[in-house]
This record gives sequence, structure tokens and C-alpha cells, in this order.
Amino acid sequence: MLIKEFYDVIVIGGGPAGTMSAKTVAENGIDVLLLERDREIGIPVRCAEGVAISAIDQFFPLEKRWIATEIYGTCLYSPDGNRAYISEKAIGRGLVLERRLFDSAIAEYAAKKGAKILTKANAIGLVKENGKICGVVFTLMNVKYKVRCNIVIGADGIESRVGRWAGLDTRLSLNNIESSAQYVLTDIDVDSHSCHFYFGNEIAPGGYAWIFPKGRNIANIGIGVSAERLHNNAKYYLDKFVQEKFPNASIIAFIAGAVPTSGTLPKITSDNVMLIGDAARQVNPVTGGGIASAIISGQIAGKIAAQSIKSNNCSNNFLNKYHKQWMKIRGNRLKILHKLKESFFTLTDKQFCEICRIANQVDEDKLNLFQLFKIAVKGNPKLLAELVKAYLT
Amino acid sequence: MYKINIELCDICCSCSAVCPTDAIFYTEFYAKIEQSKCIDCGKCAILCPVSAIETEEATSAN
Repeated sequence: MLIKEFYDVIVIGGGPAGTMSAKTVAENGIDVLLLERDREIGIPVRCAEGVAISAIDQFFPLEKRWIATEIYGTCLYSPDGNRAYISEKAIGRGLVLERRLFDSAIAEYAAKKGAKILTKANAIGLVKENGKICGVVFTLMNVKYKVRCNIVIGADGIESRVGRWAGLDTRLSLNNIESSAQYVLTDIDVDSHSCHFYFGNEIAPGGYAWIFPKGRNIANIGIGVSAERLHNNAKYYLDKFVQEKFPNASIIAFIAGAVPTSGTLPKITSDNVMLIGDAARQVNPVTGGGIASAIISGQIAGKIAAQSIKSNNCSNNFLNKYHKQWMKIRGNRLKILHKLKESFFTLTDKQFCEICRIANQVDEDKLNLFQLFKIAVKGNPKLLAELVKAYLT
Repeated sequence: MYKINIELCDICCSCSAVCPTDAIFYTEFYAKIEQSKCIDCGKCAILCPVSAIETEEATSAN
């Protein structure tokens, strides 16, 4: 396995953000190395795997091998069991991915463009000379490597250690992180083309429970709860939910994790360093969805990194163009959603029920997330104040 | 004093995102709290989805 002493760009982390950035850097003719800590790209799958088709097909042709099922509609449930239905006519068609194969496919595209990819490569620090970041230290099968580069892209997920090594504050407070757990259950009776979300303070305080079908009577069933409001751990709430809904199902996977819900960090670049995806906290704070953001930020960061190498200027000033473009394309929207999140998830069970009741009166082809917020606002003036503030600031 | 019970830990590394002192170290198969850096704030234990982070007292009581 030939590892060169120098690459223009080193990407740390082989999720969708990392692989997308490596692909973009490589297709611009720049030398790039991607380091993945796990033994295989795509595993473990710490994800509910749902995403809008529109977020994917603008970047890649859809491939059957990494699509588990298509989603035509989404059901939202209030604590009293009432249901509001959101159809694909209102929000577009969704996909449940096979993330293991999807991530691996983006890595293949990256490799095809010339990116060098290593697995079981655990980054343990950055190389600094005279205060300047100029490489990465990693271990690979018990051997320590020190490889130099001009730009380090941190795509290392929730932990976001690369950022901290580079002096960026990536820490999250407990009110900006959702503690999560998920089972993949088999032999259950679920419709293969609808997602289900369950709200309520007993079910999932400060979050929600989800069912994402994968076809063949298999589904990802998980829960996210606000770390700030926990009385028990996420697995406790998940077990309670599964016991009630699917007492006879068999478990084929269990996974724990957490989702950053702060919105984009205030600072995601510095001299020679860029953060992307979960590492930059580029996640929809209301839904917890991060795949679409990861791909967009990976592409923007990859493009700016390539331009930066070509212009021989890897200063924060140059790399910050990525931050600006990101905010314009998606970051600002996440910022608004972050402000709404706090109010949305502090609704009482009674308010949840009321919202669901009113939502049921809306034509199902017209009900979308924004409509839902409008309804929520009617029942909760505090939410309206937040909404106004969110749009004005 | 907080410790990670590796039998319960899923190595999701989420705890390190809330650690104020960057005291949590992990590899593909292993995670541990560096006691010299830990300030006993307990945020990691609150966040952990499977309650794998325990105080020394609780561990010895078991």
C-alpha cells in the first residue's frame, strides 16, 4: 500500500461529506487522501437513512443498489394517537437509503476521479510547524504515519476532533445535541412506502420516535431525545416504544449515537482547515437529517479547496468562501430551523395533540413542514414570537 | 470519577462532542476517559444513549 509523503488535501472521515469532498477535490485535478477510521466505508450505519430524492439526484444518478425503498408519504402522530398525513405532493418523494452501499458508492466515485482512500486509518493529530497546520498523523494497522498536506478537511462526524485540534470550538452544549438509539427490526408489519414520526414528552422528550421502512418487512426504528431533558437514556425510550408497537419483532441491528442540532458552528474554517457535515454541525435541527447537508457542504468545500490549492492560498480568508457559500445555499435555513426547534420541542402533549387535530383539517396534499409550523404557531404564541425573531435576525 | 464501561459502549463517540476538556479518547474498537483531563462534569454520562459512562462509586457498588 503506497502512501505518499504529501497530498494537497487530506480528508478525515469517510461518510457522505468526506467522500463527496474527496470526489470534488479529485475531479478538479487535485491530489487527495481520505482517511476512514473504520474497517469499511459505510459502516457502522448510525443513521435512520431517510432523505429527499431531490437532495440526491442533483448529485448522482439514482442507483437501485443503494436504495432500500421509496417514500410516498409521511405520518405524524400526536401523543393521543391522532395522525396528520403529509403526502409526496407537498414535500416531494423520499428515499430510504442503504447507507452502507450509498457511502461506499460515493467513495467509489471519488476513487474513480483519482482520490486515494484508506480504511482502518485512525487520525490522531495534526502536524503543525511554526503554528501552521501542514499535515495529519494517523495510525494504520499499528504503524504511525505522518503525511503532509496543504489543506485538512475535517469530516469526522459528531465527535469533530479535527476541529478541536485546529483550535476551532466544536463542543456542543446539552441543549444542542439529541441522544439517539435505533434498532433495525425484521418480521414487522409496516408499509414499505411511508415514514412515521411520533411526538410527545412521554414518548420522546425534546425529540421524536421514527419508523423508516426498508422493504421486506424490515425497518429502522429509532428515537432521538434532547440530552438536556433526559430522565432515562435514549435506549430506555426506544425499548418502551418498540415494546408497545412491535412486541414480537426480531432485532437485526442496534446502534447508538447522537445528532448535533445547534445549526452550523460559528467558525468552520481556519488557515489550512475546513470542517464539513456533522463535524461542522450542518444538520437540520428539527428533523435531525444530515445526509443532504453533508453532500452539499462536501461539494462546496471540495470546490473551494481545489481553487485554494490552485491559487496557492490556503488561508482562512480564502477557505472562508466555503462558509459563505454554505450559509447562502443551506446554512441560513438551518439557522431559522434551529430557532424554531427550541419552541417546537417544548410544546406540551396537549399542544401537540391540538396541532395534529388542526393539521388534519388541511388538505393532505398541501401540508408541509412550514404549514405545520403555521398551525403550531396558532396554538402557541411563544412560537410565533420565535418565528418572527428567526426571520428578522 | 467517570469511566466508560466498554461492555456497554457502542463507540459512537458522541460523548466527546460534549466533553469540555477533550478528555475522551477512542479508536475503532475502544473508548476511554483520560482521567488527567476529566473534570467530572458528567455531561458525557447524561448524553450517553446506553448509559455506558458510570461514576467510579456506581461501578464499585455493582
